[in-house]
Amino acid sequence: MLSKEQIAQRISKELQDGFYVNLGIGIPTLVANSVPKNINVEFQSENGVLGMGSFPTVEQVDADLINAGKQTITTLPGASFFDSSLSFGMIRGKHIDLTVLGAMEVSQNGDIANWKIPGKMVKGMGGAMDLVASAENIIVAMMHTNRAGESKLLKQCSLPLTGIKCVKTIVTNLAVLTIENGQFVLQETAPEVGVEYIKSVTEGDLVVAPNCKEMFI
Amino acid sequence: MISKKVHSVKEALHGIDNNMTLLVGGFGLCGIPENAIAELVRLNTKGLTCVSNNAGVDDFGLGLLLQKHQIKKMVSSYVGENHEFERQMLSGEIEVELIPQGTLAERCRSAKVGLPAFFTPAGVGTEVAEGKEIREFNGKQYLLEYAVEADFSFIKAWKGDEAGNLIFKGTARNFNQAMCGAAKINVVEVEELVAVGQLNPNEIHVPGIFVQRIFQGEKYEKRIEKLTLSE
Repeated sequence: MLSKEQIAQRISKELQDGFYVNLGIGIPTLVANSVPKNINVEFQSENGVLGMGSFPTVEQVDADLINAGKQTITTLPGASFFDSSLSFGMIRGKHIDLTVLGAMEVSQNGDIANWKIPGKMVKGMGGAMDLVASAENIIVAMMHTNRAGESKLLKQCSLPLTGIKCVKTIVTNLAVLTIENGQFVLQETAPEVGVEYIKSVTEGDLVVAPNCKEMFI
Repeated sequence: MISKKVHSVKEALHGIDNNMTLLVGGFGLCGIPENAIAELVRLNTKGLTCVSNNAGVDDFGLGLLLQKHQIKKMVSSYVGENHEFERQMLSGEIEVELIPQGTLAERCRSAKVGLPAFFTPAGVGTEVAEGKEIREFNGKQYLLEYAVEADFSFIKAWKGDEAGNLIFKGTARNFNQAMCGAAKINVVEVEELVAVGQLNPNEIHVPGIFVQRIFQGEKYEKRIEKLTLSE
């Protein structure tokens, strides 16, 4: 079973040289810590920066420089700033190569729910709906089950949707799965996690890819 | 030179009245018009509709207006981080309209540049799409969204000149650029107001034509919401 850091490490293997990447809050943020040394990628934050660097030292802190999670950040050489409408223009215009975000539920036709739990405090969708509606390459990073142990990979989402038919790849603490023809396809299993166990905690339709293998972290 | 300079925040907010719709720049607490918000608190203007990406925190930003029950309706993309807001929302004291962030930005930009509406894929198939016109382009569905209509915008820039030309700093640009020019009266506060000729025309982010009033803020706290340091 993978830790959250290992989920991020596995996703970082999907990064390619020259990619512009938007990372959501939570596990996706950790992907920035494990970019392979031999490639160059640039991280976009939808509040208006490309070329995000690490968190600042005390001396570097600047109130005018934050990420979409409202944390203080730094920029790398070659960074640029822009306004919110242009930022979402980059997103809708498909200039972002990879979007990684968390989810509460994903359905077998690629629907995603990650912004609202009816009856609980609603905080808003932020930029998530814009991202999932436009991105062509979305990876969902999440735990395979919720705190109650219930599957988050479902036939149909039960929570209000963020977007429809948009998720193509999911990396969980148990597996790497793709979504093809309205079903989950098991591509990789986490070390020491069996296929039968993954089946038992996947509510949606699951098929095992012919070349399904153990994940290499 | 057409001067947009006003001498005080009081003068800058002349004409503000109850029940108006305001566009308020900023993302979180980054790039918010601190001085205009303080003046709105002093004026105790009521029944406001505030269009702003966020609702501030309990004791800063738009949270200051929430504390005094001056806001009737918030139009935002994300309203976490504010307990008083949460209380007012759950008790039904405040009306809330949640909008995808890119749609919110584009609704402001559209108003600014004279476009009544636009199509976006954000929200298709979700509750955001309820009651909205859907059109298909190249096999993909899009929602019709309308430009915002607002009485005032309150903008924060880093530097400006008396002609209203603006330069932003870092990610404090955010919604300020699209909102500036989207309302009937666009009020800008800057950290440093300079004479015309002091700013390089090549470096202007917003030309003064979009600005009706500009003033230098008396002071800026620039509070940091989530100070995060490297190890």
